Amino acid sequence: MSDPSPAPRADEPAGARVDLLAALKEAAIAAAVAFGLFALLIGVRTEQGPSGALVIATRFGPLAAFVAAAFAGRFIFAVTRHRFTIPAVLFASPAVKRTAAAVSPYLAAVLLIFALVVPVVFYGNRYLLDLAILIVTYIMLGFGLNIVVGLAGLLDLGYVAFYAVGAYSYALIAQDFGLSFWVCLPLAGILAAFTGLLLGFPVLRLRGDYLAIVTLGFGEIIRLVLLNWQNLTGGPNGISGIPRPSFFGLPFTASESGFAAAFGLHYSPTHRIVFLYYVILALALLTNWVTLRLRGLPIGRAWEALREDEIACRALGINTTTTKLTAFAMGAMFGGFAGAFFATRQGFISPESFTFTESALVLAIVVLGGMGSQLGVALAATIMLGGFEVFRQFDQYRMLVFGAAMVAIVIYRPRGLVSTRKASVSLRRRRNIPTDTVDRTQSLGPA
Amino acid sequence: MEYFVQQLINGITLGSIYGLIAIGYTMVYGIIGMINFAHGDIFMVGAFLALIAFLVLVAFGITAVPLALLIVLLVSMALTALYGWTVERIAYRPLRGSFRLAPLISAIGMSIVLQNYVQIAQGARVKPLPPLVQGGYTLFDGNNFAVRLSNIQIIVVVATVVLMAGFSYLVARTRLGRNMRACEQDLKMAALVGIDVDRTISLTFVIGAALAAVAGLMFLLYYGVVDFFIGFLAGVKAFTAAVLGGIGSLPGAMIGGILIGLIETMWSAYFSIEYKDVAAFAILIVVLIFLPTGLMGRPEVEKV
Repeated sequence: MSDPSPAPRADEPAGARVDLLAALKEAAIAAAVAFGLFALLIGVRTEQGPSGALVIATRFGPLAAFVAAAFAGRFIFAVTRHRFTIPAVLFASPAVKRTAAAVSPYLAAVLLIFALVVPVVFYGNRYLLDLAILIVTYIMLGFGLNIVVGLAGLLDLGYVAFYAVGAYSYALIAQDFGLSFWVCLPLAGILAAFTGLLLGFPVLRLRGDYLAIVTLGFGEIIRLVLLNWQNLTGGPNGISGIPRPSFFGLPFTASESGFAAAFGLHYSPTHRIVFLYYVILALALLTNWVTLRLRGLPIGRAWEALREDEIACRALGINTTTTKLTAFAMGAMFGGFAGAFFATRQGFISPESFTFTESALVLAIVVLGGMGSQLGVALAATIMLGGFEVFRQFDQYRMLVFGAAMVAIVIYRPRGLVSTRKASVSLRRRRNIPTDTVDRTQSLGPA
Repeated sequence: MEYFVQQLINGITLGSIYGLIAIGYTMVYGIIGMINFAHGDIFMVGAFLALIAFLVLVAFGITAVPLALLIVLLVSMALTALYGWTVERIAYRPLRGSFRLAPLISAIGMSIVLQNYVQIAQGARVKPLPPLVQGGYTLFDGNNFAVRLSNIQIIVVVATVVLMAGFSYLVARTRLGRNMRACEQDLKMAALVGIDVDRTISLTFVIGAALAAVAGLMFLLYYGVVDFFIGFLAGVKAFTAAVLGGIGSLPGAMIGGILIGLIETMWSAYFSIEYKDVAAFAILIVVLIFLPTGLMGRPEVEKV
């Protein structure tokens, strides 16, 4: 009696009509696909039986829920598709754009001030301080990788190798030679930079995805060596009892010669946390400052030129060999600093902390933040690691959500969160440039 | 000598599995120029689907091994192909024409999703399967060392050869294969001459995933255990194989796979088993330095 699709009305724009029948069909197909995908992996659970062999149990409830969700989701999508789309609402609506434009000039300054006062505001909250240290560590790693990926355009999937080299260098030097954190820090950075050169030499001729896969292999080699070189690195057991940093020679202990006693304070373990926070914040700001300065120097411009067009670069007489190697070495050095800091904060390191997932996380921070944008990196690191913490209570779903978020962000916001940045060099007026110029190589074929 | 021959047999078997996965990488890279990072995890999903399909069959009382294997093979190929299609549809197609790093990031995200999805759905424990195909032949016996060729090794190698032959025919002789080759040469031109580029790319993913599913089943039969993490290492090694053989080249992928399998086995047999993965990665780096286009790849022409 009643027609499922309402008769078109004259005052409605033609494209806005919703075809319910087509929507139902789409939803049915989606449900069928979902059934195919989930029937075995969700609908059946394999468990170790009493005899050790696998037995199966069925889980039709969750399976039905997934299929129903696919049906409903696709149906709602099909019905509302003509009205609005998610990215338009989230990123392109005038209100969001206006707010972003109004906020952006002050955002960096506000964030910096906030970062400086974090330990004061959250002094009593050990958990938040630890989280802040973690976030700033990743911001620093992001800044370091940004030199390699964002500026020089060299896709590095093995950045964690330098982080690992820094951490192990610090741990081994500090333990075997008894040198302090402040002596070891530059050493760790230098060693990591040399590792960067070591990686840089063989991959000079490679570009794009080949480079990516070789750096990934390199990262894995470093991890496997750390895992198997038992005499030096302790293998899978790692290194424990790594010395803690001191405040200009004053250790953070309750003893007479400790930091608290020297300043007439009551001893509190939080002192060290706050100190560590400021150390990593200073390191991150140093990285940021160096990056910004380098961008204006000839080498920084050479990096950006290299990213845009390697052939043109060579034609202009830029030495691509040294340009690439310095990019690798600089990025690696900051990774090494971060690694040394990681080792001293944890007091314990093992190869488990340096898996490919870490590289992927840092790369995701750089790309999702908007390549080449320092502010974007800081924002992305904060959002991602903060998001991780929010999902901590759903521990086993955390990585699933992380992966899905990576896909979603890159689809709805392929240019990253901050998709414009100030040009490093400009003729008269400093202008914003879209990060589109950062990498214009299209994914359409190797061409 | 006997020891060497035995390692040769083992290496070729392992290499066939890598080769089957490598084809998925090399085809996708050839056509859209991206590393399908999630392909290794598609292989892992294929192995899990095969395992579960087999257990379900046993629950239904179908225990005749050849029949069960055939059904398991078809089911896991079909369902894994569906996974391949879905991944492409969700994570890669919206990014077509986006900047170069975007699909790679999306693929890494998809790889994390697949790994954790399987871990949550099926648990993190290693899943054992009792050996289904037993027996084999003793080829020759000498110096107190018998060289054995097991039935499962024969199945793996024969299945690989048959699939390779079928696949080569598909690429060389059928309409779909022609479309794929056209897309590989130039996506835009292919679209202009009336080839449905999206459909061709989808089918490439479907075929790659189906082959990965076969590799997954072979892996399951050969090793008898699967867990949610097997995809990462197998994926990286298969990609290495694809690069070694020359990316975009099908025989290259197969030869690269077998070489990687041989190198890994020989390294474990004669040097140290701990560093076998280091050897595989080191080979990759060495090959790319001295032979950047791989063994059978075409040199990439730089154009301004």
